[in-house]
Amino acid sequence: MASNIKNALLSDKAKPWLIALAIVAIVAAPILFQGFGQMFMVRILAVCGLYIILALGLNIVVGYAGLLDFGRIAFYAVGAYVAMWVGLPITKMLGPSLGGLSYFIALVAGAIVAAFVGFLLALPVLRLRGDYLAIVTLGFGEIVRICLNNNIFGVTNGAAGLPAAGSSLPEPFGLNWLKMNAYFTVGNNFEFSFNANVYWYFIIAVLMILAIIVVSRQDNSRLGRAWSAFREDEVAASAMGIDIYKTKVYAMVLGAVWGGVAGVTFGYFQAFVSPESFTFLESTLVLAIVVIGGMGSIPGVLVGALVIQGVPEFIRGFASSGTLDAMGVHLSAEAISNISNYRMLILGALMVIMMAVRPQGIIPSKRVARELRPATIEDAEIENQEMWDVEHHEDAPSLRRGL
Amino acid sequence: MRLSSRNRAAVTFVRDILFMDTIIQQLVNGVTLGGMYALIALGYTLVYGILLMINFAHSEMFMSGAYFGLFTMLFFTDEGMIGKVTSALPWMSWLTPAREFFLGSTFGLILLFVIVFGVAAVLTGLLGMLIERVAYRPLRNAPRLAPLISAIGVSIFLQNAVLLWVDSKAIPFPSIFPVKTFAYGINSLKIFIVVASFVLLIFLDTFVSKTKIGKAMRATSQDRDAAGLMGIDINSVIALTFFIGPALGAVAGIFHGMYYGAVIFNMGFFPGIKSFTAAVLGGIGNLRGAMLGGFVLGIIESLGAGFISTGYKDVIAFVILIVVLIFKPGGLLGESVVEKV
Repeated sequence: MASNIKNALLSDKAKPWLIALAIVAIVAAPILFQGFGQMFMVRILAVCGLYIILALGLNIVVGYAGLLDFGRIAFYAVGAYVAMWVGLPITKMLGPSLGGLSYFIALVAGAIVAAFVGFLLALPVLRLRGDYLAIVTLGFGEIVRICLNNNIFGVTNGAAGLPAAGSSLPEPFGLNWLKMNAYFTVGNNFEFSFNANVYWYFIIAVLMILAIIVVSRQDNSRLGRAWSAFREDEVAASAMGIDIYKTKVYAMVLGAVWGGVAGVTFGYFQAFVSPESFTFLESTLVLAIVVIGGMGSIPGVLVGALVIQGVPEFIRGFASSGTLDAMGVHLSAEAISNISNYRMLILGALMVIMMAVRPQGIIPSKRVARELRPATIEDAEIENQEMWDVEHHEDAPSLRRGL
Repeated sequence: MRLSSRNRAAVTFVRDILFMDTIIQQLVNGVTLGGMYALIALGYTLVYGILLMINFAHSEMFMSGAYFGLFTMLFFTDEGMIGKVTSALPWMSWLTPAREFFLGSTFGLILLFVIVFGVAAVLTGLLGMLIERVAYRPLRNAPRLAPLISAIGVSIFLQNAVLLWVDSKAIPFPSIFPVKTFAYGINSLKIFIVVASFVLLIFLDTFVSKTKIGKAMRATSQDRDAAGLMGIDINSVIALTFFIGPALGAVAGIFHGMYYGAVIFNMGFFPGIKSFTAAVLGGIGNLRGAMLGGFVLGIIESLGAGFISTGYKDVIAFVILIVVLIFKPGGLLGESVVEKV
């Protein structure tokens, strides 16, 4: 029965309906949450959206191309600071009413700069393999953060962050108009009004859908197949005429673009950036989204981001939202702060449990599962074990415990 | 040889120009720091050598070790804590004379430090084994990145456990060690840290290269399946690895606490990533490489902090790492091997 439903959901006939349903949900969610006064949920969903974009970029590098990257947040940081460097002077030039348009210029600039940084990083480091690449990207992430923190070239304002006191980013373009016109109530309990959170939610949703379309098309392109090919076997792939080095550089650059896009949007969404948003922990969380979701799988990234970014923020937001009060559960301020402190503890435990339960990720990619040749000895062991299980149903596992 | 007055002037000049004193001071600091990095780096490299896995929870072993050491020390020497313990449990009243004994004589002090380091190392080692059993063993045949994410989860969990259940603020480390300062910023604590690190490093190196268990560890790291077929109990070897690494990390954690005078829940992060860097710098999976990498990194970092900028000292360490890896992709002492994520 369950597998029937699953097959029905995965069939090609159901696909357009699923997409339509997803779009309706994406549009309806903020309106419902905002209308019923759960503003914090809109904000959480928007942040999840940013992490989805970021993780889709990392998914290209880790999931498709098989390059371990621990410094993903550096591109996010680059995007966020480009937003400030572009947005603040343009706002000064155009004035506050038109200044909101600077976002769209910054978006393009951030994507280009992040891609360029990705290119510069890729040139020397892509000759390294596996864990050596991981540690170098980790180092790169830390270098970027430390440089921002030390006010490099005098343009980052150090730990205090940007914008510096006295200047600020403009209101988002057209928000005032939306505030006045997109307002409605239903009955006594439902009152929808536009605000900055809802505005950025929709911008992020559009970017997220764009990212999903672009990344999935890249995955299915000649380039995407080249990534899968050398992830599985570099020697065979290069014998087939794939320029491994060039293809890896493409993966880094195309992955970095989404880091820049998410970063610029983050900068405008928060209207403030400081180096402490771009720590190594954030890089590991983005990696956790990709791995927990299922490497190389786009639906996996969506679910992974909701788990990793959504659960802790939801715990915090829910505890302080007043909904519990309305439900008749009264908590002291201390208890509320305790609950939100426990969110990271819960996240840590959740990561361990999820990996123990589903090491291949929540929604593993079909193409990764079909790999020609196992990537490691461990994978080979699993395949051998599966072959063995098929041939000897009953007492198969005991043999392996003998070691 | 007698120096002419001009030569002598030149020597003074060079010494002034090169800040000879600062160099020596920073070298001393660098070797001290390097000793700690080497001890932590061994934990990373041991686990990597056997499981091909980056144990991101190792920085939290370092942190837990510092806390275990701190509380063992407070248990025996802090009057407030002894008062509380003895009033709650009368049969613990031997703690008061024990405190006088520990703090009263040189022998007592040595014994105190042996107990503190021993207890912390054993407890942290057991914690490491527990983590391996709970978080890593079920994932031994999983895709390569799965245990990595599990390790990050353990790390986040332990940090927040200490933050929530122990203290969110820094706890001062009692300054019981008698610190005597000599020239060039050398003091007895630094000498103790460097000598103790060297002793432990030599001990571990001998253990792995000379004993039978060490041979089993080396065999397991070369080929786990073949080692198993030769009659080696792989699970115990891995468990032992997860005891030794955290135990050494705990010693480094106590050194860190004594050296900087405080412990805090997130103290493991920077020493952790830098020691991992040191392990990679030396060639990950290679024990002597980790030791060398630790000292090289400690010295570079201290010289960088002294001569270029304190703010950029970590940048210098990472840039050196990137440069070394580009020209010598297997690290200083490692071999270049073809591997995949």
